[in-house]
Amino acid sequence: MSASEAMAPAASTVGAIDCDLHPAVPNAKALMPYMDPYWREHMLRRGLDSENYDLMAFPPAAPINVRPDWKPASGLPGSSLAVLQAQALDPLGVSLAICNVLHGAQAVMSEDLSAALCRGVNNWVAGELLDRDPRLRASILVPQHSGELAAEEIERLAGDRRFVQVLMLAMAELPPGRRQMWPIYRAAEKHGLPIGLHAGSTFRHPPSAAGWGSTLLEDYVSYAQGMSAALNSLLVEGVFQKFPDLKVVLIESGVTWLPASMWRVNKTWRGVRSEVPWLNRLPADIIRERVRLTAQPLDAMDGEALGRVLDQLGSDDMLLFASDYPHWHYDGADPVPPGIPPAMLKKMMVDNPRATYSRL
Amino acid sequence: MASRHVVAAADEIPPGGRKIVNVRGRQIGVFNLGGEFFALINVCPHQGAKLCEGAILSHLVSDGPGDYRLERQGEMIRCPWHCWEFDIRTGQSWCEPNDVKAKTYNVTVEPGGTLAKGPFKAETLSVAVERDYVIVEM
Ligand code: FES
Repeated sequence: MSASEAMAPAASTVGAIDCDLHPAVPNAKALMPYMDPYWREHMLRRGLDSENYDLMAFPPAAPINVRPDWKPASGLPGSSLAVLQAQALDPLGVSLAICNVLHGAQAVMSEDLSAALCRGVNNWVAGELLDRDPRLRASILVPQHSGELAAEEIERLAGDRRFVQVLMLAMAELPPGRRQMWPIYRAAEKHGLPIGLHAGSTFRHPPSAAGWGSTLLEDYVSYAQGMSAALNSLLVEGVFQKFPDLKVVLIESGVTWLPASMWRVNKTWRGVRSEVPWLNRLPADIIRERVRLTAQPLDAMDGEALGRVLDQLGSDDMLLFASDYPHWHYDGADPVPPGIPPAMLKKMMVDNPRATYSRL
Repeated sequence: MASRHVVAAADEIPPGGRKIVNVRGRQIGVFNLGGEFFALINVCPHQGAKLCEGAILSHLVSDGPGDYRLERQGEMIRCPWHCWEFDIRTGQSWCEPNDVKAKTYNVTVEPGGTLAKGPFKAETLSVAVERDYVIVEM
């Protein structure tokens, strides 16, 4: 028996709730039956139906975005439900899994085309995934550069309780706290949908604050800082005050950066809080109450140090179990990183996801 | 037991004004808020700056993003170093009122005539019967 086989898994995933699973739309042609007639013809006239609309932030063939043993013989990783069931849902034994489809629909320049594609993807998710496996739940993709159109899409789908969250990319045309984005939060709050901010960017600006990098490596590392900036924007612009029932889930951007970031925002707030008099409590306390994070990847250091950093989060309620399938963050059969303090581990598999997603 | 110290003639510190005084080797800021007097230690609980020499400002209040109002004008002192704000009446910090506080002292105003009866200490002032005086207890 090898050392890795001998090691007991950190926690059983049987019955757990996977809060970040990435099915993929196989290609734009697959979307066509799910699009409005006008936009279907628009796609055909422009030849857009032969595009794939991969997000630049997640090139699907890059090794980091598909674990080698999960690479399909053909097609995009995550594009076959049968394979996804065999590689993720069945072996992990999860009770529920939230599908976060990463798709260029959210990034295209035209707000109207973006809205049409998002409708198409959401309809595809309902028809090809939610109708076919009762374990699946999903996030609503929204044309996030238009607060108004995004809110319309939330309203359109809110009646379908299998949609449990609104998905946005962390970096877009505007920092997410800006008031133009508030129609999204108003609609999400009204329908009990958390906002899932996913790592990545619509590339309206460099993903690094230092400018355009040369490599995927730089971009990928910068996604954690982009998430931190997105969180600060929501916090400082007062989104949590304006929408008191709204929760925000930070997805796939690591976890261990957050304690240092909370310390820094608390410290700076004490001196310059007069810019934002509505921010009338310690920012870290607001984060602990209203912000959740998927636990894959954690950006984990070795076990003991990880425990100390996670203790600094100051809450056992924040972590949500996620496989992040098919992205390559772990090897073997155990998606739960070692070293998470026991009290936290106990809650992150089922209790925290249920408390976060009121529709589960 | 606290002793009582005459630190200023009342009319030396007009409404909105302040005076930094020395009492038993300690620097104290004495403030006049609309005729009521308050005293704070001149040491910031954060890192020890001369708190009472900072800007005298208002309470900023807001009901939510985009709402900006001033209340209790002139009743907050902002530390000259890192801009933490303290309530002159209570010494409580704005950010963490229950955990971070500047020390306060009891202040009274008494006519010079009654001060002759003591006990009080007038270390640097000579007391005239016809004026009112600010007394700090320490
Ligand atoms: S010393 Fe007063 S705020 Fe830092």
